[in-house]
Formats: sequence, C-alpha cells, structure tokens
Amino acid sequence: MLYIKCPYCGYRSQKEFAYGGDGTIKRPELNQNISDEKWDEFVYFRKSPRGKHIELWHHIAGCRQWFQVQRNTVTHEIFQTAKMGEDIK
Amino acid sequence: MSQSHRLNNEGLVNRDNKISFKFNGKKYFGYEGDTLASALLANGVHLVGRSFKYHRPRGFFGAGVDEPNAKLQIKLNGHSEPNVNATEIELVDGIEASSQNCWPSVQFDIGAINNFLNKFFPAGFYYKTFMWPKSFWYKIYEPFIRKAAGLGVASAKKDKERYEHKYEYCDLLVTGSGPAGLSTAYAAAKNGAKVILAEDKPRFGGSLLTDNVTIDNLSGKAWSYKIISELKEMPNVIVKNRSQVFGYYDHNMMVMFERTGDHLKDKPKYTPRQRLWYIRAKEVLLSTGSIERPIVFGNNDTPGIFLSAAAKEYIKVYGVLVGKKPLIFTNNDSAYETALEFKNQGIQPVILDTREEQSSELIDEAKNQNIEIKFSHAVMAANGYKKVKSALIGKLNKDKSGFETSETIECDCICVSGFWTPTVHLASQSGNRLEFNDQIDAFVPNISKQNEKSIGASKGTFTLKETLEEGFKIGFEVSKNITKNDNFVSTPNSNEPKKNIHDKFWCSPLPEGKDYKRFVDFQNDVAVSDIEIALREGYRSIEHVKRYTTLGMATDQGRTSNLNGLQLVANVEKKIVPQVGHTTFRPPFTPITIGTIVGREVDMEYMPTRKTPMHTWHEKNNAVFVDAGAWKRPRYYKQGNETLLEAAKREAKNVREHVGICDVTTLGKIDIKGPDAAEFLNRVYTNAWLKLPVGKARYGVMLREDGIVMDDGTTTRISENHYHMTTTTAQAANVLSHLEYYLQVVWPDLKVNVLSTTEQWAGAALAGPKSRSVLAKLFPNLDVSNESLPFMGYVEGDLFGVNARIFRISFSGELAYEINVESDCGLFMWKKMMDIGKDFNIQPYGTEALSTLRIEMGHVAGPELDGRTIPSDVSLEGLVSKKKDFIGKRSLQKEAFNKSDRQKIVGLVPTDKKSSIPEGSHLVVNKNAKLPNPKLGHVSSSCWSVENNNPFSLAIIKDGKNMIGKKLFAVSPLKNTAIEVEVISSHYVDHEGKRVRS
Repeated sequence: MLYIKCPYCGYRSQKEFAYGGDGTIKRPELNQNISDEKWDEFVYFRKSPRGKHIELWHHIAGCRQWFQVQRNTVTHEIFQTAKMGEDIK
Repeated sequence: MSQSHRLNNEGLVNRDNKISFKFNGKKYFGYEGDTLASALLANGVHLVGRSFKYHRPRGFFGAGVDEPNAKLQIKLNGHSEPNVNATEIELVDGIEASSQNCWPSVQFDIGAINNFLNKFFPAGFYYKTFMWPKSFWYKIYEPFIRKAAGLGVASAKKDKERYEHKYEYCDLLVTGSGPAGLSTAYAAAKNGAKVILAEDKPRFGGSLLTDNVTIDNLSGKAWSYKIISELKEMPNVIVKNRSQVFGYYDHNMMVMFERTGDHLKDKPKYTPRQRLWYIRAKEVLLSTGSIERPIVFGNNDTPGIFLSAAAKEYIKVYGVLVGKKPLIFTNNDSAYETALEFKNQGIQPVILDTREEQSSELIDEAKNQNIEIKFSHAVMAANGYKKVKSALIGKLNKDKSGFETSETIECDCICVSGFWTPTVHLASQSGNRLEFNDQIDAFVPNISKQNEKSIGASKGTFTLKETLEEGFKIGFEVSKNITKNDNFVSTPNSNEPKKNIHDKFWCSPLPEGKDYKRFVDFQNDVAVSDIEIALREGYRSIEHVKRYTTLGMATDQGRTSNLNGLQLVANVEKKIVPQVGHTTFRPPFTPITIGTIVGREVDMEYMPTRKTPMHTWHEKNNAVFVDAGAWKRPRYYKQGNETLLEAAKREAKNVREHVGICDVTTLGKIDIKGPDAAEFLNRVYTNAWLKLPVGKARYGVMLREDGIVMDDGTTTRISENHYHMTTTTAQAANVLSHLEYYLQVVWPDLKVNVLSTTEQWAGAALAGPKSRSVLAKLFPNLDVSNESLPFMGYVEGDLFGVNARIFRISFSGELAYEINVESDCGLFMWKKMMDIGKDFNIQPYGTEALSTLRIEMGHVAGPELDGRTIPSDVSLEGLVSKKKDFIGKRSLQKEAFNKSDRQKIVGLVPTDKKSSIPEGSHLVVNKNAKLPNPKLGHVSSSCWSVENNNPFSLAIIKDGKNMIGKKLFAVSPLKNTAIEVEVISSHYVDHEGKRVRS
C-alpha cells in the first residue's frame, strides 16, 4: 500500500486516495474545432510508461483535492507530489 | 501415560501447571509453556500425520515455523481449525488435536498403499493421468483428487471469535528478538527512536535461549531477559511476542499477525483471538535469523528424524528429549552443541560428521566428554516405518560419491544438520534482489529497494560477536538519521565457541543396488527422483520445476527444502546454484487465519448502513427494505399478505388516483456556489443553464467526455450564485468527484465551490393529483397555486416552524413536489405529511412503485443510463444544446453515434397483455432461430402498468424509431421464457405531459 504525501494534508495511506490517471493530459479548449484524431487522442489514448510518470490522485477520503504525483511505475517510488498548477521537476 | 521423555530440571515450562489435552482421541498431559509438539514428544509420541502424496508416516521435524510435517486439525472452544502447526501452537487446557490426511487412522492409513505403488505416482502424475477424457474432470477426477489430497477440513460453521485490526507507525520495526534484533532495537531505542520489536514465538531471545554463550558476562538467556525488560519499560518502544511479521508491502507497509488469545484458556470477553497490525515503518530491520537445513538421505522422512537445532530447543526450552539413543548427523560444528546437550542429560549420542577428522572447540569438547565421533561418515538410510529403529551408515569415499563401508547402528532418533539458511523471505518480498553467497551455500539479501536492512544470521552473519556489532552499529546509525540524537551504546563483550567451516555435503549417495526414497520436500512429498524426472522431461526454469513437482510449495514455503532442491537441480544440470536462481517469495511467510484478514468487517460492520431520518417510521409501518448502495430504502410497505407486485400496484395506483409520499432523502445533493456557477453548470450539462432564473429548477443531463450519459437530475437556482443539484442515488459520489475534477484540474479559473449535502437534507416526494391540497395544508401561509408555484418552480416555506425547500419537480409524471428540510427535522416533516394527508388518502410508496410510475411514463433511470447510451438513445436529444459546448459534446459527432439505425428507447407490451417480461430479456425476430440468434436489443426495465393494467417494459433496441408497431419476441434463456411483444412508444402514460403541469 503506497504512502502518498497529499500537498494539503501530508502523508496518508493509499486507501484514502483514488487514482486519476495520466496527469499530463490537457483537455482541449471549449468551442474549438477539433479533428477526430485529436479528440480520440484526448479521450481514449493513454501511454503506459515504464518508469517516471506524472499522474493525478484525488484525496477522496480526506480534503477532496486533486493533485499531481510523480511516481515510478516499476518501483512505486514517489519522487514528488504537487498541487494542481504547480510544476513537477 | 506418563511423560516418558520429560526432563526433570531443564527447560522453561511451568511444571506447577499441568495441562491435559487430547491427540487422536487419547488423553495426555503437558505443562504450561509447552507447544503441542513438545507435549506430544514429552509423551513419546512421534507419529503425527501422513504425507501428502504417498501417505508415509511422518513425525515432528522442527520446533517452530520450520516444521513441514506436523499440521494438525485443532478443536478448541467449539471451533475447529485445519493445518495448525503443532510446533507453534501453545498448549491450552482442553485442546483436541487430530491428524490429517489419513483414513481410518494415522496408525493404519489405507492411502499408504500409494507408498507401495509409488512407481505409479511420479512427478506430474496428476497432470499426466487426469487429462482425458475431458468430460471426466468435473465429475470424477476433481472430486477424487480433492478427497485424496488436501490437508485438514475447514469448518462450515460461523466463526464466533473476535478478530481485530490495528494501525501503527514507527521509526524502526525490528522483526525477530534474537541477538541481532535485541541489539538493534536496544541501540535504536536508547537513541530515542520509536521502535516496534516483534517476536513470533511466545518467548523473546531467539537463539540466546538455547545457545551456550555469554554477553556482558551474563548467559545469553540472562542478557536477553535484561534487555527485554529494559525495552518494555521504555515509552518509545512497543515489544510484541506471539507476533509474526508476515508481509512486506510497498512503501514499508508491514503486516503483522499477533496471536492475542490463542494461548489463553479463559479469554476476557473483548480480547480478540488474533490481531492484524498494519505497521508503517520508516526503516525495517530484518533480524529473522536462519533455519537449519537438512541433509538428504534414504528414508529421511521417518518419524524420529529432527533438525539438530530443533532437538536442542526441545531440551533447552521444553525439557524434552526427542530420543534416548540419538544419532547426530552433521556437516558442520553446530550439531555438536546438540550432542553436548544430550550428554549433559546423561544420554550418550553418536556423531557422524561428513568432514574429515579435525579439531575445533566444540569437537574437542565432545571428544573430552567421550562422545563417539565418526568422521567421513554419513547416513545412507534410516530403518523403521513408524519410528526410526536404526540407521544404515557408512564411511564416505574420497570424493563422497559413494560408500566404502556399511554398518547398521541402533538409534531412536537422528538429529541432522546441513548448515544454516538465512531467512530472507521478508527481504525478498521487499524487492531486494538476493545474491548467492557460496561461503554459506545460501542466498543473502543484496541491494535494498525499500528502507530495509538485514542484520545477523538473516544476512549470513553466523557469529554472535559480529551479530552484536552489526546490531548495535546499525541500530544507532539508522535511529540517528531519524531522531538526530547521538546516544551511542557500545557493543558488549561476548563469548562463544569458535566454529570450523562446514562441508558442502548435502545429499547422501544411494548405496549400490538401493533406491531409497530421499525426500527434498517433506510437506509436498517431493523426492530426489521426482525432481530428476522433471528435469529429464525437459523442465528447466526453476519456477517450472517448482510447479511441476510442487517443490517448495504449500504452507511451509520450502523453508527446509528450497536450497537442497536448487542444489539438486544445479547438480543435474551441471550448473551452480546462482545460475539456477531461486523461486519467488511471497506473503504470507506463515499461514494466517482468514478471520484475521477480515478483522471486524463482518455482519453489521461489513459496511456502514445509511439510514434516512425517516427510517424508524418505515420500520414501524412494515416497510420491506432494499439496499441501494449502503442506503436502506423502503421497497414497499407490506399490508397483510400482499406480495411485492400487489403492494407495488396498490401504492402506484394510489399515487395516480390520490396522493403518495416517498422518502427521497437518498438522492445525491450537491451545493454549488460561486459567481461562475451558472457558467460551470452550462459546461457540465448538455442543455442551456445561463438563463435559468432564481427560483426555478431545470432537468439536466451530464455526459462523460466519450459522449455517454453519466447522470441526470434537477438543479435549482436558490439565489443568484447558489444552486442545489440533485443526482441519482447511485451516482452521487461519482458526480461529486467529476465536478471537483473539472473545477480543480481542467477549469481552475472558474470561481465555484461544490460540497455534498446529501446527508444534510431529508427529502420527501408528494406525488399525485391531490398533492397540491396536502401542500396547501402543510404551508397555509404560502400560495401554492399553479400560477404562483408552476411546474419546475421553487419556493421556500415554513413547515410548522421548520424551514423547508419546496421544489415542484416530478419523477412519477404526476403533479408532484419534493420537500427538503434539515435532516434532524425529516421525521417531523414525514409525520406531518402523513397526518395531514390522511384526509386525501395518502399512502407511502417504496422504490418498486416509484419504478412502476417512472417506467410507464417513459422516464429513464439507471437501467437505461447504463454506461452505453448517448442522449439520443434514450430520447434525451431535445436536451442537447446545438449552440454551446459542454463536456462530451465533441464525441456526439462520432460516426457510430449518428447512424440512422442507431439504438433507441422504446416501449414494449406483451401481445397477450398478461405475461410479465423479465428484465434483461433479448429481443429477437424469430424465437426459434438457430443460435446465435441475432439480437436487436434488450429489455431494460419492466413493470405492471397500473394505468393500463397490463405489463409494460422499456427496451433499448436497434433502429428503435422505425420499429414502432412491429412484433418481436423477448427471450430470456435464464427464465426460459419467449414472450411475443409489440413495440410501442416509450411514453405509455400522459404522452403530452399534462399532469405534471396541472
């Protein structure tokens, strides 16, 4: 069970959180013409990298904030967690 | 029977407390502090079970977690538990143990015929024999195998014991209280670290309890007592015995199993039987020690053959002799200590040492004590069936590939030592890639992946002096990193016999012309010949050999067999052990009970129960409840002998004719506030929200980005920047997360806050033509006329002193209102409504009538919004704005969503107007067509239409809009029905929607 540092609450066990997928996906702006390819890319296609991965987690049984986690998908090492909008190095 | 093998003065058992117990129906006595194994051995009982495959007689082999054979069925306090390790369970009054895997008895076991037929039971026997015919597997082979194999019997009764979970955090978790664990824990604790020290046995001290050593001028045992009592006094230390750390998980999450009550005869009421600890440790220090490994020889599974350290532990801890004519068979010095302990008790052992004649402290001591030592000797085979009677021994030739001499020597036990294997299970579980150390012929931890370190014997440090040095040093260093303190405790001096290096001899060669079974794995009955067969048949990977032969599997996880198995594979393959590699270690290290894993999450505590404030009223009025997630909702209110269908019809009819009241507290409610709230709703919902006036509600549909309908509900504008959203009961939590995601991640610039208020409001729906009359009496000061409070209107009122929110919205399709009050006043509101409604024939209605009402109106709900439908599929295209963008809109342009024959919601009526259509039925043209019968769609919701007094269903069907008027069959192979149906509009009642506006 992972031990995740919520940027708002501090270290908590994984069972307080929900996983939110790839944290680098940007939703296309509203009211834009978007090609089928671009839209499908956004809705369906996700990479499954081996190694460093920036992902979203939701502190669902805590402060209910979404935030970013940079994690090694092989070893589960967590390098950094950050609030939304903050840079991950 | 007297305790024929009990010593008078040795051991740590309490001879003042005699304990009676039963084994295979016979009564015996032991002492407090005994294990079941030590008590049986004290009574001279060796035969405890039959082996897994060949049903050979088996006895005790170890004295703790290393035991592969002595798995017993235990009955105590009315519960029965299989596969209990007799060497670990403490003796308590009244315990009844019995052997497993034998019939009719352990003394005479029919299955032992397998032993004589063993030529027919080679490795992979089951795989080879039961392959065909395929049809035999389920009815004949599997039941046969299940009966023949397997260990104990699981109880089918409810477990009445109490189990608990506990969470703990610490700086250092130390696993094992031998010299390594004690010194590490002590050094760290003295340096201010928060320490947990876990010991799986009842007694602390590990090898210090049995070894003849001194520390700080005290005996090892006395030193361990001193350290433990100091640790127990320290406020920053938790010391736990009977506690096995069995699992090493990510980010140093350690799981520990504590036997809190198993050793107590009269357990206090709320003391759990066992407790599971989740421990998050900053650093884990593994002081798990080592386990002696056997030397393989002929018939080495005969009862009376022990690990030599186990024999020593039975003497030193329990005061029990495992035999009175011992033969010690060793390739190293440590078994000499066992021989000397026998000698101390006046017993004359004989030592066979595979090494050439040599001299060391222990060897010289044995010589001085006139113990007979035969160097360059090995046991070829044990003689005796249910107990060792003698041993065939011989002098090894130069390269130890055969014997030069042969003689039979009488003995009643053989104590064997093939050197030591570090217990690396937890280190391996942590992700530590082990490396092979050819000095000790075993794997040791190498590079850590998590914050863990091994200390002492568990990393192959086998001298006390080095172990203590490591422990004090690492305990200090690790704690210093955490606490920043600098209180160093220097390593105490110690004294131990110096030992010579061991011999790599691990398996006796077969004497010419003999084919004795030589077992590598006792628990799974894997002999040398089985592994050889697997290799001959082409299995190469050690993981495959393991699965084919079952080497190292089952409850003991090959604790005594792994390395010898690897050695054998390496020899046959002409490789060295590190090339063969080792199999994976997985938790749990030792078997744990399912009860412990489950803990208190049983019965009522399995999950929380959510009850509405009106729950007690429902109970008193014969509500039959249904689970809606964690909520309890009234399904119907039973009157007399009514069936579900009869009650649902009555309740629904009453709504259509008079007025009904329904508890809608469970609907998800989300409070939305902020200057950008309207813009936000406009993006979340498919329809337009910018122009909704204050005091009005609107129905909305929200999509996922892939265009699929996520949820629906009404949202009301309470004031300029304040909205009240409702969701379905099932989707309440998902919708909140969805809104939070868009506000926090996608559009953080929007100034909006969302908050769940589901539990803050109690809700009741008043539905039916007479609902306005009831409302008028509930709120005498309020103008509730159609003009002042029209459909989709909202107003706040005073309900006999309670603030109420009144929404004119309808799910039933009738004139209806939903009234919310603060939860604490929910029951008050409900009672007032029932009271006032009496004059108008008010009746409560449950979810079944609620469904009936919405189905015949053609209103969609969960069964239609099933994660596969887009708005037009369920006739909600009118709510999809063409002008503005919203979540998921772009997906609706996808080709598949715009096909002319796209699926669509329709209504169905059986042509006989009688047969109810099972939900989930498939719609086909020809009910007798050959399978697979082309499917046009499925029935999503069914009810008995109270308006038309016949069954009615909703269905989602391909090209639905062109199917109206056609006749199809609804087939349900599950219910074995095929009902002819006519496809009609999904709006079966009040097509024009006049009633809700009346």
